[in-house]
Amino acid sequence: MANKSVLGIYEDADTAANATDVLLEAGLPQEDFDVLTGCPYPEGAFGEKTSPHHIYVFPIVGALMGLTVALILTVGTQIAYPMVTGGKPILAFPAMTIICYEGMLLGAVIFTILGIIFESRLPRPRLDPYDPRITEGYIGLLVNCPEENLEAMDQALRRGSAVDVIHEKGHAY
Amino acid sequence: MQERVKLSDAQINRDLLRSIFETPKWYLILVGTLGLIVLCGFAAAGFMINQGLGVTGLNRPVMWGFFITNFVFWIGISHAGVMLSAILRLVQAEWRRPATRAAEVLTVFSLMTAMMMPLIHAGRPWRVFYWVFPYDWARGVYPNVRSALVWDPAAVFTYLTSSILFVYIALVPDIAVARDRSTGWRHVLYSVLALGWRGSVRQWKLQIIAGILLSAIILPIFVSVHSIVSWDFGMAMSVEGWHSTVFAPYFVIGAVHSGVSAVVTVMLILRWMFKWEDYIRLEHIEALAKLLIVVATAWFYFFLLEFFFGLYSLEGPEIALREMQVFQEPWKWLFIVFLFTGYIIPVSMWMFRSVRRSIGLMIFTTVLVNIGMWLERFIIIVPGLARKQSFSFTWGGYTPSPVEIVIIGATFAMVSMLVLLFAKVFPLIPIGDAKEGMVLADEITIGKVKVPAVMREE
Repeated sequence: MANKSVLGIYEDADTAANATDVLLEAGLPQEDFDVLTGCPYPEGAFGEKTSPHHIYVFPIVGALMGLTVALILTVGTQIAYPMVTGGKPILAFPAMTIICYEGMLLGAVIFTILGIIFESRLPRPRLDPYDPRITEGYIGLLVNCPEENLEAMDQALRRGSAVDVIHEKGHAY
Repeated sequence: MQERVKLSDAQINRDLLRSIFETPKWYLILVGTLGLIVLCGFAAAGFMINQGLGVTGLNRPVMWGFFITNFVFWIGISHAGVMLSAILRLVQAEWRRPATRAAEVLTVFSLMTAMMMPLIHAGRPWRVFYWVFPYDWARGVYPNVRSALVWDPAAVFTYLTSSILFVYIALVPDIAVARDRSTGWRHVLYSVLALGWRGSVRQWKLQIIAGILLSAIILPIFVSVHSIVSWDFGMAMSVEGWHSTVFAPYFVIGAVHSGVSAVVTVMLILRWMFKWEDYIRLEHIEALAKLLIVVATAWFYFFLLEFFFGLYSLEGPEIALREMQVFQEPWKWLFIVFLFTGYIIPVSMWMFRSVRRSIGLMIFTTVLVNIGMWLERFIIIVPGLARKQSFSFTWGGYTPSPVEIVIIGATFAMVSMLVLLFAKVFPLIPIGDAKEGMVLADEITIGKVKVPAVMREE
């Protein structure tokens, strides 16, 4: 059976942190719930499990690709029409270094941005279930579970003092 | 920080989104006036392109005048973004929070403006593509990568692209806040731009890593950009005063000096316009003023080095140029104004706490710095060119024409207008950062006193 999501809304961080204990007691594995907040909280504040990411690979790959493109550009274009200017060699290393340096860093930045977006699981076409109160200071506990457990999770979220419980509606927010 | 006011998330949203959802009359009048000045600038540039560079004051031997001075100036202002945002992010300075976005946005708009200057200066802007775009436009000849005029666009383009991406990725959580509070077309726009941001733990963690990682990558770009701008001069042959070995760091630190000053000016004006007293507090301005004392003094040290290196070369033409800059009309007046406005007046004033905490005086002194720094670039560029040739009958002067003055004036209006327009669409103070500051703030009791404290994750 397909998994469904249900979102519990909590008034403050302490209540939300306590509610995660209720979810664990109800038998929900740590990786099946997520915490939605309006600002960053210290890691582990809600007892959540943080999944690993590979963001640091992206700038390295980007830098290598940028460097390669810049090298091809500087070497290729000068060799394509080998015209001596100012008595400098056709492949002047100091001059090429500047273009390669900029290309390498541009590649690193572009890939880092792509990496951040990819690793953040964005873009996300549907927000559902979501509540705008999250950006107003409320904390959301998002539970992912099989459809038959939805009712039990709803109850668990409410036992944790949720001010509201929102079920996935299946339409875009 | 010590003067923090405890604010709820709802209050922070209301305050920082006010510039987006409310449009006071003065805003329309101000943007309209700035828009008119920008239009005048475009009209002047159009007139110049139609009539030719003869309508400017540029003539042999001074072929670089107001436009190139302004190019270097705006590149300098753009260094504020990385200086404040990247370095303060990397060292996790608590007082960075309200300043980073304004600094980054100023970087983007000043870079765009800077890039326009060489285009206008070229007289026939479309030709610039032949010189810099890596494509064999005619007979298989590609742009010459050995020319400083190709390094420069490469560096500026890299910096501009990186800065735009940096601003955007840091904006995503704040766009989500605007999405949650908007309706109609605005809601659609913010929904698309927010990319479906929900604020999960993973997303916030990556957002923090993004700030630090991108700061670390953009820092070397920032150093390279103004270094390469200095090499535009250093690589030119036979111009006295352009070949000091400290030119690159001298330009970089000068850029930071003018850029951070500009950020302080912008922050104070925005604080007054949008009533952000609880966010841009006097303690932030004081911290920036202290930073400016250090930066300005480092810059002044490089200025002295550059000047004395010129004198100690004991080369006749070099010494004659320095003499001209310091003792001959009209340069000596510009030199005195530059020295006093760029360093002596502001730094002496910043020594006093009352000045560092005075809005009016901080606006005054930071504007003074930028008058001085604009003149500094002018004094570097024009006198050297005026005495470019060794024969006195080839010497020349430079008087800017009204066309140049209008275009230069319009660039200042354009950057101001773009910052105001940005503030109408996106929050200029990072909302997530402001809220995080509240979460991490606390009061600890030591003996009989309660002391404000800020926690920090290592």
